[in-house]
Amino acid sequence: MEIPYSIEEREDTGLINSKLGIWIFLASEIMLFGGLFSAYIFLRLAAPPGDFEYWASKLSVPMATVNTMVLISSSVSMVMAWASLKLKDFSKFKMYMGITLLCSALFMVIKYFEYTSKFSHDIFPSSSTFMAIYFTLTGLHGLHILGGVVVMLYFYLPISHQLWHDQPEHFTNRVEALGLYWHFVDLVWIFLFPVLYLL
Amino acid sequence: MSSDNSKEAIQEHIRVYMMVFGALAVLTVITVLASFLKVSTSEAIFLALIIASVKASLVAGYFMHLISEKSMIISILLLTVFFFFIMIFLPLISYIDSAGVHMPWVSTK
Repeated sequence: MEIPYSIEEREDTGLINSKLGIWIFLASEIMLFGGLFSAYIFLRLAAPPGDFEYWASKLSVPMATVNTMVLISSSVSMVMAWASLKLKDFSKFKMYMGITLLCSALFMVIKYFEYTSKFSHDIFPSSSTFMAIYFTLTGLHGLHILGGVVVMLYFYLPISHQLWHDQPEHFTNRVEALGLYWHFVDLVWIFLFPVLYLL
Repeated sequence: MSSDNSKEAIQEHIRVYMMVFGALAVLTVITVLASFLKVSTSEAIFLALIIASVKASLVAGYFMHLISEKSMIISILLLTVFFFFIMIFLPLISYIDSAGVHMPWVSTK
């Protein structure tokens, strides 16, 4: 059965369904992370003076800076993967998607070292209010990275390539939806980085 | 994104993506350097959030193509942003109205 409005735009919305769907999903994600940022503000305002600064000083700014650059690079490679499909260059799409996957893996490896370094110093979510919100925010963000990696792998592996051969525009639109999700994950990190590590 | 899908238009997009990439990298370095400035906490928060907002605008505007997106998506996002700010400001309202809450470090004046 053909999925409706996966290539041609609906007359009433002026959009293909996948794009409208992913944007509504991202709107819900804004509220999800917004709720946690709101919790962060509330906890910080109610914390004893210097408490958040003290615990934040235990985080590694160099590691987080590298991770920021890695995630920005992955966003660029993702948008380049989509642009390659628009230019009908599937081999370049594979290359850029591969780079995005590598960047995602590198991000998670750095995050793993960050987390294990905290645990080795007996710092856990239960150690302080700051650490509780730090692990919640970065943990949820990490789960979003993992979710993105699963979908990226689907598009990278041959399992999905038949769609490119049969309906290249449909495939391109799916990758665009994945890209929108991935840029949102990058966007969340852009705020997490200064809020948790630098302030 | 705009409906112009010609090869030239896509290559022009790619050129813009590279410029945005450069801007994001520079702004990340500026964010870290700004954290070393000897300013008050409120000034540091203001500065960091301004830089983060500029970076977020670049990602949303160019990578997510919001700069040329259809009005339906812009409307959905404006509604979301409205409720987002309500949610963000709720704790601040609660903070101002902290009478009866035992937080000795919070000034009630």
